Amino acid sequence: MTTSLLPITLLGAVLGLDTVSFPQAMFSRPLVAATLGGALAGAPLGGLMVGAALELIALETLPFGASRYPEWGSASVVGGALYAASPLPLAGKMTISLLAAVATAWVGGWTMVKLRQRNARWSERSRSGLDAGARGTVIGLQLRGMTADLIRGALLTVVAIAVFAPLAEASLGLWSVDARLSRGLAVGVAASVAGAAAWKLFHGSIAARWTFVGGLAVGLATLVLR
Amino acid sequence: MTAAPLHHSTGEAPIIPRRLPVRTELAMLLRTLAIQGAWNYETLLGNGIGFCIEPALRLLPGGVHTPRFKEAMARQSKYFNAHPYLASVAVGALARVELDGEPADRIQRFRTALAGPLGSVGDRLIWAGWLPLCSWVALVAFGLSAGPWATLFIFLGLYNAGHIALRVWGLRVGWNRGMRVAQALGNPVLRRGPQVIVPMAAFAAGAGLPLALNRIIGPGRGLLPIVLVGAALGAFLLVKLQGRIEGWRLALGVLAGLVLFSVAR
Repeated sequence: MTTSLLPITLLGAVLGLDTVSFPQAMFSRPLVAATLGGALAGAPLGGLMVGAALELIALETLPFGASRYPEWGSASVVGGALYAASPLPLAGKMTISLLAAVATAWVGGWTMVKLRQRNARWSERSRSGLDAGARGTVIGLQLRGMTADLIRGALLTVVAIAVFAPLAEASLGLWSVDARLSRGLAVGVAASVAGAAAWKLFHGSIAARWTFVGGLAVGLATLVLR
Repeated sequence: MTAAPLHHSTGEAPIIPRRLPVRTELAMLLRTLAIQGAWNYETLLGNGIGFCIEPALRLLPGGVHTPRFKEAMARQSKYFNAHPYLASVAVGALARVELDGEPADRIQRFRTALAGPLGSVGDRLIWAGWLPLCSWVALVAFGLSAGPWATLFIFLGLYNAGHIALRVWGLRVGWNRGMRVAQALGNPVLRRGPQVIVPMAAFAAGAGLPLALNRIIGPGRGLLPIVLVGAALGAFLLVKLQGRIEGWRLALGVLAGLVLFSVAR
């Protein structure tokens, strides 16, 4: 983990930037970000596993308007990298990685609010230039906001790794719950959130309710037949 | 980027191209990707709109050092709210009306009128439709044993095909229609898109949930039915608690409790 800290931090910075500022192309979705974080730590498949579970949770928090939501980009890099850091199929690895990622996403959401407040203060201080139509002021504010967001993502990632990597190592050494039960519980929680999110999005449409049921039947049938 | 014949409502008749130069169009398109770079709780997207329109405003007679350029920049950098992808419609249309030399008060009214619909249409189409659909399709692929790179390619390829197409379309339709851009919001994709996309997303969600869970849980299927039933009960509880607690916060609490229990036991 130590050797890959710099690339992981840079990835966290870039994917934190993607969340809102640039280019919002959804590289910051957990499915992508955790896989890339896992790849940098040497195990993209491990990252994908965590990313899929995190994606289930993140489906609840879509970036509507000015709403406040967790920042999944940098956080998922942290989750994917933590999971992939240990090559052993240790009990509790999934649970701890998910916990680290969701906690980081929570703090990340708070840092985004602070950044937006900072952007407002910078904008207010530049009021005279904006009122005068100075192109340098407009472009400068935009570049400053994006640079600050990049730094925010980098700091968030490096602090989260510094906090959670030793905690994960210590916790895994003391883990006592059965591996499959741990994983089942963690994934069950994620699936509950996804199920509720799906209901929230689809319950208003009768067609969507029925196609959800149809999809569920197809998914279960596929599992039985495979 | 074709355009209807331009009209000039001010005394000065600027020489405005019927098509935006390719460089200008590309610069505007690239800048729309950064439209939220200075997003804040006071002016929201406002600064971003000014930032994206600036390459087009350079085409005004006299360039960047004229009062007309500065007035336009000041006007376009004020408060604005829209969905970030559909804001490209506003960027194209506002660039066009500025270059057409429409009166300032008319541009201001037009700018105010544009904001609302571009927010609500985009939210329904993208955040409540396209993004969940692409996520669930990728989770279906993941559940069907797709590898890491294939899963990423499916998600990013599908999502960004729609994302980039919408930005390009928005910029072009905005520029081509100018003041008449409101008609473009009646486009069937924008109007009926959510009605088609949401059921598709629901189907993919139904199929993706058991498939993805099965793959994450791993070998030995005995646990899957228990997790599925538990997840259904958990989802029911969250729906009942809606408004009082967000699912991700509950997940954080449960995960923290599980870690503490397992470590301290």
